[in-house]
Amino acid sequence: MKPISQSVIKKDHLAKASGSAIYVADYDPGQMLQGLILRSPHAHARILSIEYPELPKGYFAVDYRDVPGINEVHIVKDDTPVYANTTVEYIGDPVMMLVGPDERELKRLLPQVKVEYEVLPPVIDVRDGDTVFFDYHFGKGDMDAALAQADQIFEETFETGYQEQAYLEPQGLIADFNQGKITVRGSMQCPYYVHGALAKAMGLPPDKVRVIQDVTGGGFGGKEDYPSILACQVAVAAYKAQGKPVRVIFGRREDMEFTSKRHPSLCTYKAAVKNGRVTALDAKVIFNAGAYTTLSAVVLQRGIIAASGVYDIPALKVHGQAVKTNTVPNGAYRGFGAPQTFFAIEMLMEHIAKASGEEPLAFKLRHLVRQGDETSTGGRYHFPVPLPAMVEEVRQMSDFDQKRRLYAQPQSGTTRRGIGISLWFHGAGFTGSGERDIIKAVCRLHKFPDGRVEILASQSDIGQGIKTTLCKIVANELNLLLDQVSYDNPDTDRVPDSGPTVASRSLMTVGELLRRAAIRLRSQWQEGKDQTVEEHFKEPDFVIPFYIDKFQGDAYPTYAWGVCAVEVQVDTLTGFNEILSTWASFDVGTPIDLNIVTGQMEGGLLQGLGYASMEQMAADSKGRIRNNSFSDYIIPTSMDVPLMKVKLHVEPYPDGPYGAKGAGELPLVGAAPAYMSALEQALSGPIYHIPFSAEDALKLIKQSRRAEA
Amino acid sequence: MNQRIAFKLNGQSVVYEGSAADRLLDVLRQTYRLTGVKCGCNEGECGACSVLIDGHLANSCMVAMGRVANCEVTTIEGFSQTKRFEVLERAYAAVSAVQCGYCIPGMILASECVLARHPHPTETEIRSGLSGNLCRCTGYNAIVQAIQIAAREGEGLW
Ligand code: FES
Ligand code: FES
Repeated sequence: MKPISQSVIKKDHLAKASGSAIYVADYDPGQMLQGLILRSPHAHARILSIEYPELPKGYFAVDYRDVPGINEVHIVKDDTPVYANTTVEYIGDPVMMLVGPDERELKRLLPQVKVEYEVLPPVIDVRDGDTVFFDYHFGKGDMDAALAQADQIFEETFETGYQEQAYLEPQGLIADFNQGKITVRGSMQCPYYVHGALAKAMGLPPDKVRVIQDVTGGGFGGKEDYPSILACQVAVAAYKAQGKPVRVIFGRREDMEFTSKRHPSLCTYKAAVKNGRVTALDAKVIFNAGAYTTLSAVVLQRGIIAASGVYDIPALKVHGQAVKTNTVPNGAYRGFGAPQTFFAIEMLMEHIAKASGEEPLAFKLRHLVRQGDETSTGGRYHFPVPLPAMVEEVRQMSDFDQKRRLYAQPQSGTTRRGIGISLWFHGAGFTGSGERDIIKAVCRLHKFPDGRVEILASQSDIGQGIKTTLCKIVANELNLLLDQVSYDNPDTDRVPDSGPTVASRSLMTVGELLRRAAIRLRSQWQEGKDQTVEEHFKEPDFVIPFYIDKFQGDAYPTYAWGVCAVEVQVDTLTGFNEILSTWASFDVGTPIDLNIVTGQMEGGLLQGLGYASMEQMAADSKGRIRNNSFSDYIIPTSMDVPLMKVKLHVEPYPDGPYGAKGAGELPLVGAAPAYMSALEQALSGPIYHIPFSAEDALKLIKQSRRAEA
Repeated sequence: MNQRIAFKLNGQSVVYEGSAADRLLDVLRQTYRLTGVKCGCNEGECGACSVLIDGHLANSCMVAMGRVANCEVTTIEGFSQTKRFEVLERAYAAVSAVQCGYCIPGMILASECVLARHPHPTETEIRSGLSGNLCRCTGYNAIVQAIQIAAREGEGLW
């Protein structure tokens, strides 16, 4: 283990443990006004009129007419309105905000606001969708020839559901408009995304916009795009409040029902098999985008680039669509489109293997990509692919082969067991050329005369420990004690734009920038002087330039790798399954802090297992999501996975700090198919969708009994 | 209708003047400004608002003020002044069990209850003692380990 991997006490540990860390909801409410959002009760309707009741002194209403700039939230395409103007496009679409000093009074007043609608027909099921927001095609090899020469052709459709980020701290922001300047602070991943959105909606130049991240109680992507929307809404309210700050804190139900989630997907995969080998894959991937585009373009890109998984399939045809429905807009969630396609490819490989009488793991291993191979987009796997060794580790830890054989035997009694394994990657950092062409990260180090050094960057610590790991890197290069290097929550008035806290990029990309800045500072170090150094992103030389219009080139400079095995037991009377154990090996390069990385891996893995089964959320025929509380949307507790063993496999990445690469998202991405593979073994039947419920299990048990009879 | 509700808060005698139906969580956060008590759901499902009432773990969002009359209420602010906290906090630090931190005040109080009941807890006892406290970040392993470490290091304290 490298010395840098040795764990330290996290920078924010004591403040959080002792309860003294201040989250956005913790500021004194006496000092500010509260806001409550009125939302559309219809999935699709035209707004005919809005009528306000007489409001008590100190209370006021805010709607699209109050937006001083442009009534659009800048995300990727700016089709999300700050407040609905002509139409509402989903149940929950914000129409207006009521603002005033007392929350109870706001709750009493809100139902008195009368909005008249002309109800329009909604599209709820993505299969009925006729508006395609994004439509991408790419491929390689000779698909037609492969299909023509195939011994067998498999075609299957896979479906995945919503997943709610369920960060423990709901969304919340405070806005304050003073002397022509808007300040927004609170719970967020990307201060500069919020900054850009505010400038447009408020019609202000960048220097009149200030965004500060407060201690943030979890994000997982849920605080990537959404805070930009909420920020504009609260900022408009503050603009009207004339010098009084306005705060909005969501309740859990509001947060679960109306904020962005993981895109539900529908993947139809067709594979050609020749001489026991998959020679071609034709993948059609449809993501349910919801009512507005938000981040769907980029989520879809990452999803379809991973369409063929970790397998070398010579002919590939990929077609991806993000389709509009009149449901809550889906956005970023850890994994960003890849969990959906990895579910599809992993299950398809399982099914093809079984149909040809081969053990799925052996079949998968025969198809693995290797260093130097071409990626789905004609880029390269530039670095070693450690999957075979990682599979070996997981096999040993879990006693996989023996259990797999044992559970393949007829099982008696009322329970059935199974074990399954899955393999995956996560492209480290932004997809494509985003880092080079759009983000252009800048960071600084400021050295005080007394020798202390402050990091100036825009990364948000959302629990992943970036405050600690960035300081470790800088302290290490400068030979300083960890206490001598500090990193405050980003404030756009003070820090340059080093990019958003997304895409598992912060440590790998910004960490490396800071490492280089520290080396430079070291070479220029002058005792007793106040000094600042600045560093700009530069794409590593080996990268094959990526063209998004053609989906050609290196979509990612490098990849993090994952292997996971899951052992389950199903009660055949109730259909309920329990996870007995899970084992995983993850390669995220050099861990900059062993504890921190292990914590990321364990937490992400548990989210991935939740995604596969217990976390069930659906829109009903009217487009309403009813699973809007922790009693209806169940996330794993400490009891649900009694044994979880995670091993780190280290394949250092030369262009990441000390060999580190992207980590945060990886563990979630491919956990679901391992779980479903285990259930397939226990239930002796094929699985095509997640989340997989107890009722689904009962159906499958019935089916396989019938098949036996 | 205002009432006078006398109780002990973090070791101090206090009198709350308000409705007996007011919720303990709101009173702690707003009246006493004890914001280490977090609100994650407001309906008894997440444990972020955990406090100790006469040494028992309770979701303060589900407790009416009337119920705490003459009781001893301890929040993370009060508990963080104790020797037991010090041991737990160091154990949490040793395995970096704190990620976003939002569940952590509740988790630490839940840990206290596990150890108060089982000074030498089994892993199953720990996991069941934490089962009312959701954590979306850690996967729980580190928290379980922290309690095991605290049990060892704090020998005799519980
Ligand atoms: S806030 Fe009380 S249990 Fe969630
Ligand atoms: S540390 Fe984030 S919810 Fe537990």
